[in-house]
Amino acid sequence: MFGYIVQRILAAVPVMGFVALFVFLMLRLTPGDPAAIIAGDTATPEQLQRIREALGLNDPLHIQFITWIGNLFQGDFGTSVISGKPVIELIAARMEPTISLALTTIILSVLIAVPLGVIAAWKHGTLIDRFVMLISVLGFSVPVFVIGYLMISLFSMQLNWFPVQGFRPIGDGLGQFLHRIALPTFTLTLLYIALIARITRTSMLEILGDDYIRTARAKGLPERLVLMRHALRNCSVPIITVIGIGFALIISGVVVTESVFNLPGLGRLTVDAVLARDYPVIQAVILLASLIYVVINLLIDIAYVLLDPRIRYS
Amino acid sequence: MTLPLDLKRMPGRIGAGLRRTGLSAAVLAAATMVAAPLSAETLVAVKHSALRVLDPILTTAYMSRNHGYMIFDTLFALDESMTPQPQMVDSWTVSDDGLTYRFTLREGLKFHDGSPVTGDDVAASIARWGERDGMGQVLMDFVESMGQDGDNVFVMNMKEPYGLVIDSLAKPSSNVPFIMPKRLAETPSTEPIPEQIGSGPFTWVEEEFQPGVKAVYAKFEDYVPRDEEPSWSAGGKVVKVDRVEWVVMPDDQTTLNAIMAGEIDYWESPPSDLLPVLEASGELEVRNLNVLGYQTIMRPNALHPPMDNPLIRKAAIASVYQKDVLDAMIGNPDLYSLCGAMFVCGTPLATDVGSETLTEGNGQDLARQLLEEAGYDGTPIVIMHPTDVGTLRTQPVVVAQAMRDVGFEVDLQAMDWQTLVGRRASQAPIADGGWNMFMTNWVGADVFNPLVNNMVNGKGPDGGWFGWPDVPELEELRMAYATSGSLEEQQEIAAKIQEVAYDEGVYAPIGQYFVPSAWTSNLEGVLDGPAPFFWNISKN
Repeated sequence: MFGYIVQRILAAVPVMGFVALFVFLMLRLTPGDPAAIIAGDTATPEQLQRIREALGLNDPLHIQFITWIGNLFQGDFGTSVISGKPVIELIAARMEPTISLALTTIILSVLIAVPLGVIAAWKHGTLIDRFVMLISVLGFSVPVFVIGYLMISLFSMQLNWFPVQGFRPIGDGLGQFLHRIALPTFTLTLLYIALIARITRTSMLEILGDDYIRTARAKGLPERLVLMRHALRNCSVPIITVIGIGFALIISGVVVTESVFNLPGLGRLTVDAVLARDYPVIQAVILLASLIYVVINLLIDIAYVLLDPRIRYS
Repeated sequence: MTLPLDLKRMPGRIGAGLRRTGLSAAVLAAATMVAAPLSAETLVAVKHSALRVLDPILTTAYMSRNHGYMIFDTLFALDESMTPQPQMVDSWTVSDDGLTYRFTLREGLKFHDGSPVTGDDVAASIARWGERDGMGQVLMDFVESMGQDGDNVFVMNMKEPYGLVIDSLAKPSSNVPFIMPKRLAETPSTEPIPEQIGSGPFTWVEEEFQPGVKAVYAKFEDYVPRDEEPSWSAGGKVVKVDRVEWVVMPDDQTTLNAIMAGEIDYWESPPSDLLPVLEASGELEVRNLNVLGYQTIMRPNALHPPMDNPLIRKAAIASVYQKDVLDAMIGNPDLYSLCGAMFVCGTPLATDVGSETLTEGNGQDLARQLLEEAGYDGTPIVIMHPTDVGTLRTQPVVVAQAMRDVGFEVDLQAMDWQTLVGRRASQAPIADGGWNMFMTNWVGADVFNPLVNNMVNGKGPDGGWFGWPDVPELEELRMAYATSGSLEEQQEIAAKIQEVAYDEGVYAPIGQYFVPSAWTSNLEGVLDGPAPFFWNISKN
């Protein structure tokens, strides 16, 4: 197992290298010029050239790439060409809202969706099952921004329970933190409930028809033990996979949710950087997102082993 | 992982669980229901864009200009009659030969780091601004030397008399001649200044700055405001709140909800379609603060066929009717006006010379005639169409259709604004990524005279603005304007410039429009001006 983990980590290195090169080249091939954004509308072409020169944007591509990679190996992600702030500082400032939203969403989703999926499978074909499926279809079908606006309209504007927008770090107090993160969490949770509940239900349905479940029931085991110990545990692999990928998706940016609730997260940072052609920021954020996917996939694989003893990595 | 479920008793447990969850949610909601009240002394404003570049001399971005007005001060400033008034200057004299200006600074002016403002600081600041700004560059052409004479006297020696010295120093929009400490002003004008130290009414709160999220300013306790009533950027800049926070909200609907819920105090540029909702709320003030508004323009590229032919450029301009553009772009006639004045309607230099077809919509026959006269061969006109900016995505479509209606072939190329900004700098032929035309918008104060209006620059490919018309007569007229001695003379020259510019088809205003701001009714003292100002506002 340890060897497998080391092997996976080593395998991630060329993946990250390829991502770095790909992102770098794609950005340079994309039309647009950060110097023009810095200089503003009234800048003359001569002024633009001078700013490009000062930013090093006139250097040959391979020099720019080598400089960037060299700095990366020294832990230096560079400086935003637009704001002049260190990229690592910009990303760090945006991590808390995004990670907070990811954690609260996934935790709430799992707490609600897994039981719902189990119940739906257990009561397959009944009104309960159809109700769970209805929620799933709605969660998938209704765009997140619509749910967000409805939440704001009801809970913020009508009932005045929650603020319309904004984020408070957990350091400002748990109450303030939860108060601000609640609505975006509820909004995203609907989507993830739909996703996780469906996967749970489908997996459970497959398992519940297996011989060993019938055997367990024939032995007289309580239904709770049949479902929890024998069925749910055996269908946990796809559920864990979906949860992991869902978490990575949120971390790598949920721009719409962040925009609707004015959360200063990584998604907005990415969009702003792309629109401003802020190359160092875009490169760093995409590399970070790739790293997150690699790590989460690795954690999912490790979780497989823990949850299903039949799975072995050599 | 184990779940706390007894599935045999699930319905009951679910019910209980749900009840518990509901109860928990209610408890949580009750515990946290009272949001942290915004301090009565903190004014929260949603701006039109994010503040990214902090150096208002390095860039012409309006957010950077607005930031500059918060932390820097100016020697002179325009009042609401567009007359320059002293701001940092206490008194000034001009020698009889018009070659020496002596400006005595007001007593007690100091920077945010506590150091006094000196003539040397002023000289270095004006020199840096003069490297970047068009009007400043013209001023510098006339300046022999600058320096201080005693700590608080700034002296400017001219090579020859120049009539627009004070007007230049009172320039209200990008780039504004802000005064900063000499050590910052000595930063090369192609690099950002390393610190935000000014002598303006607010100080910069660096530790709370998050680009794209929030910018924070605190009242500068040692600021010495003038005694006069505030008027535009002139007069006393009395700060009546402790802090001002500029926050970025990427979603207009969220901003609307936030201001109606009282979470923000001020919204600089609400979209026109939301104005009726804001006005109907009864708890918000909605008013246009910038009487000059914005000028939306079409700019042909004079370098490449077929638009290297002035007749073709004129034909394109003649095909357009401003009302069609503005109806599509703004919709509400209360928020726009038909205006063919290149130097903006409502200014002393406004004139309708040469603009009849734009404001009357009767130029289609003329356009066809011009196309025939020019021998237009059907070469497609490449119009760059930015689809990601609400205030810029409509005009190209309307103009393209108007041009097609009179016989143009038009290639409307969709792109994002930043792609356009990069591509418009290219002087390459069309086949190599060049372009024939684009549209953009200007704040009125950035185009309100021939020196600040980049589009009537006739320097061509070397020194001109994007589009690069090579019209020496325009440059002669601009220089005549710079050295003119009276308003009447300036008006006469400006009218001539406009006539030549239309005749050469260098550009066309395709409408003037206004963007009201909205604020909560507990704010008092919101000022009119060419830029949003945050002094004089109190929050009750």
